[in-house]
Parts: sequence; structure tokens; C-alpha cells
Amino acid sequence: MATVQTKLFQESTEELISGSEAVGIACALADVDVITAYPIRPYDTVMQYVARLKADGAFDCDFIVAESEHSQFEIVKHASAVGARTFSGSSGVGWFYAFEALTVTAGLRMPVVAMVGNRALDDPGAFGVEHNDALAVRDLGWMLYWVATAQEALDTALLAWRVAEDPRILLPFALSCDGSFLTHSQAIVQVPSQDQVKRFLPDYHRGTLQLHPDNPITIAPQVNEDWLMEIRRQTDDAMRRTSDVIIEAYEEFKEEFGRGDPSPFIEEYMCEDAEIILVGMGTLAMPTRVAVRRMREAGKKVGFLRVKFFRPFATEELQKALGGAKAVAVIDRDYSYGSPSYGGVLFHELRSTLYPLDERPLMLNFIAGLGGREVMVRDVNEIVETTQKAIDTGKIDQVTSWVAVRE
Amino acid sequence: MATVQDLPQVRGVKNIPMEELYSSGHRTCQGCESALVMRLMIKAAGPRTIVLGSTGCMYVANTTYYSTPWVVPWMHTQLGSSGSAATGTAAGLASMMRKGKMQQEPINVIAFCGDGGGMDMGLSAISGALQHDEYNLLILCYDNESYANTDIQASGGTPWGANTTFSPPGKETRIMNTRWKKNMAPMLAVGHPNVRYVATACGSYGLDFNNKIRRALTIGGPTFIHSIDPCPKGWDYDPKYSHELGMLSIETGIWVQYEIIDGELTLNGPSRAIAKGIRKRKPVEDYLMRQGRFAHFTPEDIKYFQNRVDESWEKWWLPGVIPISSAQGE
Repeated sequence: MATVQTKLFQESTEELISGSEAVGIACALADVDVITAYPIRPYDTVMQYVARLKADGAFDCDFIVAESEHSQFEIVKHASAVGARTFSGSSGVGWFYAFEALTVTAGLRMPVVAMVGNRALDDPGAFGVEHNDALAVRDLGWMLYWVATAQEALDTALLAWRVAEDPRILLPFALSCDGSFLTHSQAIVQVPSQDQVKRFLPDYHRGTLQLHPDNPITIAPQVNEDWLMEIRRQTDDAMRRTSDVIIEAYEEFKEEFGRGDPSPFIEEYMCEDAEIILVGMGTLAMPTRVAVRRMREAGKKVGFLRVKFFRPFATEELQKALGGAKAVAVIDRDYSYGSPSYGGVLFHELRSTLYPLDERPLMLNFIAGLGGREVMVRDVNEIVETTQKAIDTGKIDQVTSWVAVRE
Repeated sequence: MATVQDLPQVRGVKNIPMEELYSSGHRTCQGCESALVMRLMIKAAGPRTIVLGSTGCMYVANTTYYSTPWVVPWMHTQLGSSGSAATGTAAGLASMMRKGKMQQEPINVIAFCGDGGGMDMGLSAISGALQHDEYNLLILCYDNESYANTDIQASGGTPWGANTTFSPPGKETRIMNTRWKKNMAPMLAVGHPNVRYVATACGSYGLDFNNKIRRALTIGGPTFIHSIDPCPKGWDYDPKYSHELGMLSIETGIWVQYEIIDGELTLNGPSRAIAKGIRKRKPVEDYLMRQGRFAHFTPEDIKYFQNRVDESWEKWWLPGVIPISSAQGE
């Protein structure tokens, strides 16, 4: 038996661990029943850690090494149908290999929690972070969250099961963690005790939706045009309910664990009175915060807003947070070929969000950090300079710019 | 706790359970042998069973919203997912029972797939499922020799030369499907030495079918049964001949009936009599020419088909089963 881990869960401790390890510990704390693994970098570090925890007897789960990502996600989908708490994950093209399973998981309302170790899509090969992999499920009924720290990874994983398995919701939850910058980087993490987690996270009960001989239901018959629209509408209703359930769970989380932001959906950094607000997701928060802090010290009114929940998208909160700025500069670690203004996905969502406002800020889009290229403080400075120029001249020369790219 | 249910072998067709667990509510074709296979399968398994059905005609024709024929819990799974559906269901049950989150009880888990979903797209997931000895599950491949749900397209289970919508005989090319049918059950048995039970079956032999399902569900671990299902629509014959064609496929030696229990092969039914020399194989022509899908065959095509079948009985190391012979002639 692994005395270290057992002790780890008996009382809250402080550990130096990576983002992947933090999610692995969350699996143990949540007493997950079925976990499926298949190797692809960088997400697979979480499964290596889970395998180690199981081998050491730190927690009991059925840990299944599948023969493909498609099976990985089909296995947890079916385990979820009989009432088991589940976890899986992938990265890049692995996530795409599972795509069919991902869409039916949401369609069937199975509260699978997955970690996406964000990775650039092949080809050509690149291990580094890009957000296009996880973003591809944005229209399917998955909740989507981008974390910035290992602590947030652990905390949000616990929140994920709580919200996903809530009988009012029953939708899957993808926890996006930037490859390498988060999956492989260690930080000090507060690990709660199992008792604390039990108080926050109730058991998963599917009730009358559970597939069991005592409840002989038929799941997912052919509905065709007779019923599909109504069923889509039910899934939409569930997604519309997520915001309130997330707020409710997050408030309880803060009370139980004594940490968290004012909002579960977004994080604002020096945004008050800011004329320029930079927006981004995931670990690019780190260099951006540094750049913003330095500019603030130099008297420049700049702020940074991090979008945490991409689904549900916090429309009204974002309108309020960004509506007062003169300009909004969206940094996308993704790209959408041939899209409006040849921009990134986050940019499109935000431009659509701010369009109904009477006074709209200028909106610029910056494509940065693709394939794991580091976003530097000087890149952020350049983004702010370009944005300031648009404010000064009152016009946008170029909506989308690629940052630090060799021409 | 018993890990498997008490499902004894049945002697005499009259002792097959009367209870219907695959009931009215489906809309399969007249003469559909796969529907019979579903009925026989769940009769043998009983009510404490979860059935997972991958996409195919036994999904689409069986379960139209508001009219399910399944009395037992049933769930759809994706075309290539019969293996992972069985694994996930069994794993979820096992984990929760072990951890005290669900009452302990042996629950049968059966996933079915057609030849397209099983022998083509789902092969990898079935192979994966057969490696997990810790889960009791059965994968049943109902093989009607084409993608019968989507308009009869050629699959890896379609016989050589058969007319399908993807292999229509034309003015220039008579034989469009040049692929020989995959030898599915032996492939799985040979490739997964830990699997305790692999069998072939045919709905024309109901008692045999019942007992094979029960053996698969009670032996422990993952198991596989491959059933040959005549399909009036895809094979193009009068629906009243389904049973007869099932029998003919075996009597001609094209389909072989057997069980592989803990690595030991036992031929049964007409296949056993053929192997022992008690019974002569009927010419394949008797079977092929009863079906419109082979109507374009020339005498040379029939001869080619006959030669391939003869070879499987005369030259294969295990006649009709394993397509390997010794280079030393041993």
C-alpha cells in the first residue's frame, strides 16, 4: 500500500505536482469508478499517474487501457449509462479519433469528465499546445473549461463531476489543460481531504435513466424527424441550466475549500477602468498578466480577462466586463481557416457577444502561440501597441494579426 | 457471489424458455433470420441481461422510438463499438458492485453487431474487449453478409462475387466483389488465446443456438459468437426459404458450425458429420443458385467458389476452420 497517498487523502496537504497529476489526484478524491486510457502526448501523463495511484492501492477503480481513443470514450460512455462515475481524456488528433464517441456522449446526456491536454492537430506533427482540438466539440453539448494552473485543474475537475452529474444537467465536461505549460509543469497545489470532497461531491445517481435490469429502458432508439428537434431542445435546456448550477456549485466549493475567484466563468485581472482589455484562455494568462502589470506600473490603462468557461459562454458577464473598454484584443491560441475576418474561434464568439451593445469596443484579433510557441511579454506589448494605434486613429487596419510569425 | 448466472444447457427444443424478451414492436423484414437470432439470444440469456446494439438493421429496424421490442434494458452503441460497449457496461457494473455502490448480482452483458460493424469497423474494439478477462460479456456478430441497413453494400463478410449495391455485376466487370469472406471466429480465437469460448451458430438450429449463448454467458470472461443469418432482401430469395438457406450454407460446407472451448475445437451438427465423412458435402451450386445475388455467376465462377470451399476442407490444417497447412506436408 502506498502510505504516502493514503495519508494524502486523509487530510488536506500541500503538494508540488503537475497539472496532470492534480487531475489524477482529483480522480482518486472523487472515487471515480471507470477510467480509460490510451497514450498520446501530453494528456497521457494524467493516465500514467492514475495507473500509479491504482498500482499503489491509493484508490479503487477499473482502469482500462483501451485499444483506441474511440473505444476509450465509448467505454466510459457505457459505464456512465449503468451509473458509474467516469473519467477519460486525450489530446490533439487522439481527441479527433474519438470524435464520434464524443458527440454521442453529449447526445445521450452522459456526464463523462474528460481532460484534454491541448495539443496542435497533425499534420505536420507538433506536441505543443493549440486549442483547436478541444474547441471542436463546442457545438455538441459538452461543457468546456480552460484552466490556467495546476490548482485550478484539481479544483475544476471536482467541480466538473459535481455539475456534469447534477440531475438537472447530465452533460459531459471537458477540462482543457494546455499541453506542457500545464500538463507537465509543477506547482504547489492544495490537496483537499477525501472527507472534504465527499461533502462537496455527492454520489452519481442516474435514477430512472439508469440502464439496469431493474429499470429495463431502451436508450437511443431511432427517432428521426418525429422527435429529434424536441430532444435537441431538451439538451439545449440542460445547457441553459448549467450557468445557475455552476454558480451554485462554485459558491459551495469556495465555502468548503476556502478558495476561488469571484466568478466561475471569467477571471478579470486589472480590468477596472481599463481602456484596452486583452482576452485569452489557458496558460497564456501568465505572460499576459506580467505584461499588463508592467504596463499598469507605467500608467497605461490595460487589463486582462481570462475566459474560463467556453461552454457555457458567459454572454452577459462578458458584455458587462468588456463593454466599457475602448478596445478588446482577443488572443487566440487557435485558428479558424476561412472564417469571418480570417480569425480565431474565441474572437468570433466575443465579437458575436459584443455586437448587441449600443457602444461597441474596437475589436482586434491576434493569433499567437500556435503549436506550443511561447507567448512572450514582448508579444503582449506588441499586441497592446497595435491595439492602441487602432484607438488613436479610430480605425482598424487589419482585424486579425499573427503574432511573432516568420514572414 | 456467483459471477455468472445459472443458465443450464437445454435438452430438447421443448425446454427452451417460453418467455419472450424480444417481443412485438420491431419492423424487420419478412423472413429476417437476424430477428430470430435476437429472439433466440435473449430467450437463452433471460431477463437479468443488458443488451447493447451497435448500428445496423438490428438497431434501425428494431428500435423506432415508442415501439421497442426489447423487454430487457437495451442501449444503442455506435457502428464500431460493440466491443467497447460491452466492456464499458461490464466495467461499470463490476466497479460499482465491488465498491458497494450497486447490489451484487451477475448481470449478463451482450453486445451485438452486424458483419459490417463487427468484421470491418468494430474489429479493433472487439479485439480490445476480448483481452479483458476480468469482464463477463458476450459479443454476438449477426452476419447477414452485407451492410443490410444502408441498402446492401459489400462488407468484409460478403461472399466472393456477390451482387451488392457496391459490387453490381456490370457490362465490363462481372465480379466486382473480389474479396473472400473474412474467417472471423477463428481469427478471434487464434488471436486471443485467453478467451474461453468462441463459436459459430445459425438460427436454423434453435436448440444449438440457445445452448451456445448459454455456454458463452456462463463460462466466464469475454466470449464471441458468430452467426450466419440469411437475409431475403440482401440475398434476394423468397422469405420462406430463410431456414433452408441457413441449413444449406452448412450442408455445402461454406459455413462451418463449431465451438472452441478453452482452446479445444468441437465441430457440431452437419459440419461434424461432414468432417467425419458420415455425410457428403452438397455442391455449392445448390446454395448459390437459390439466391439472386449470385444469379450472374458463370459455370467458371461456381467452379472457382467450389474449389475454394473444397480447399478449405481438404487442405486446411483444421478443415473448414484454420486456413493454414504445413509446408512440410505434416
